[in-house]
Amino acid sequence: MKRFLPLIILALLAILPLIGLSTYMMHIVILVIMWSVIGMAWNLLGGYCGQVSFGHAAYFGAGAYTAGILYFKLGLSPWWGLPLTIIVVTVVSLFIGFLCLRLRGPFFALATLAMGEVFRVTSENLVDFTGGDLGILIQERTWVEKIWYYYIILFIAAGTFFLIKKVIESKLGYYFVAIREDQDAAESLGINTTLYKTIALCLSGILTGFAGAFYTNYMGYIDPKVVFALHDISIVTIMVVMVGGVATYWGPVIGAIIMVFLAEIIRSIPWLGVAHHTFFGILLIVIIIFLSNGIAGDFPKIKRLFRIRGTS
Amino acid sequence: MSLLELRGISKFFGGLAALNSVSFGVNKGEIFGLIGPNGAGKTTLFNVVNGFYKPSKGEVLFNGRKISNLKPHQICGLGIARTFQVVKPLQRMTVLDNVIASAFLRAKSKDQAEEIAVETLQFSGLYDDRNIKSKSLPLGKRKRLEIARALATQPELLLFDESCAGLNPSELNESIEIIKKVRERGVTILIIEHHMKVIMSISDRVVVLNYGEKIAEGTPMEIANNPLVIEAYLGDAQSA
Repeated sequence: MKRFLPLIILALLAILPLIGLSTYMMHIVILVIMWSVIGMAWNLLGGYCGQVSFGHAAYFGAGAYTAGILYFKLGLSPWWGLPLTIIVVTVVSLFIGFLCLRLRGPFFALATLAMGEVFRVTSENLVDFTGGDLGILIQERTWVEKIWYYYIILFIAAGTFFLIKKVIESKLGYYFVAIREDQDAAESLGINTTLYKTIALCLSGILTGFAGAFYTNYMGYIDPKVVFALHDISIVTIMVVMVGGVATYWGPVIGAIIMVFLAEIIRSIPWLGVAHHTFFGILLIVIIIFLSNGIAGDFPKIKRLFRIRGTS
Repeated sequence: MSLLELRGISKFFGGLAALNSVSFGVNKGEIFGLIGPNGAGKTTLFNVVNGFYKPSKGEVLFNGRKISNLKPHQICGLGIARTFQVVKPLQRMTVLDNVIASAFLRAKSKDQAEEIAVETLQFSGLYDDRNIKSKSLPLGKRKRLEIARALATQPELLLFDESCAGLNPSELNESIEIIKKVRERGVTILIIEHHMKVIMSISDRVVVLNYGEKIAEGTPMEIANNPLVIEAYLGDAQSA
């Protein structure tokens, strides 16, 4: 039963649009799935390989701008951005990896945070190439109906899920976790830590880039402040995984559901809506203190809590 | 020809000479002891052989090949594995996964890695604990896990860094048995140990370090009667 759970959920998601959700609900569901992809991608590097990145907006933005610039400069369909992202983001990842992966722990986190900002400032200033702060507007939308976008992102998410599962259960997965647990020990067990950290970074970057390229196609408009945002992309990515559960298969998915819905609900409250980042901060503190492994990681703990409440 | 040869190894940390032109050779198939008072440079020497430190002077040869310019993972790939004095288990992995992770170095598939890991765990008496997270193991078993993990990389030379320190007498005997069994598998052993009982009973030859310098080399009997060694450990007779 448990083995087929991903397939069952995928099947349920595939027939979800048939029940006739409103356009707004479809939009929310698409965002949830997109955030799951970004969360799963981050989880590969931050959760399994232990390299906590505060700059995943760099890959998201690189993917988004790959699609955007193809349209803006070459007049091609931004959908070509999806395959091309693989090349562009690999180059970006190797560049960031070369600079940042020689650092460990908090130093890596700080360096990646800076890299994310470097990419934002760069894209704001390369006006001829990226359109600067005016951003890029995709004038011809492929579909008006959201259902096709839904199936495309669902396909990307399913691919990401099974790819990561495959990777984690293979030699790569063992090596990633070994590096997370103790880099010196891993190195002395014959693991080329630099190589495997770079592989994790590239995989994670490419998957995040897919989400970025999809975003350009879906939203039809990007600018540096949106796709390279520190707090709206990089930090929310980390929150999605922390809330859902670090180094678990379902954690990022659960985290994405909670974060997207929570953001929508809080924003719709009058007066308090503008302070939604404050609520995110409080939520993160609560999660770290009481459920340090996230909801998926500490699920037995939550179950026990409810059982005690139920019987007494 | 020696399996491992150190030629004039020096290692300076700023002005401090942690090792000062140390030379010796370890022959194939022997158990070679490395002893010395605290701070003599024993673990530094391991870190040089293992590739964590580059020697400031001198070179390390393994099977006649210079290895002192290689990275730790490359040196491990050539067949030198080590254990750590301060144990470094991969904490949130199970015991079995710990060993599988290191078995992948030689294994071609996951099944093969698991096979090697299971065999190594049975060999080191940890098979019953295979599904326990390694952070909840007691110290004695953690030390054995270090050995199992090093063995799973199928080394030619194994460096034991105080694998018997802090063990109770029964654990100590188990560890001695395991070290002897490792040698029977044809693995050459270089061992740091404070326990004189262990070092005297198992090693074929011993080197003594003091303040980063080699002060004696020989069989355990020769070492035990060497006045320089006695002085290093107990202080010299006049000043005492």
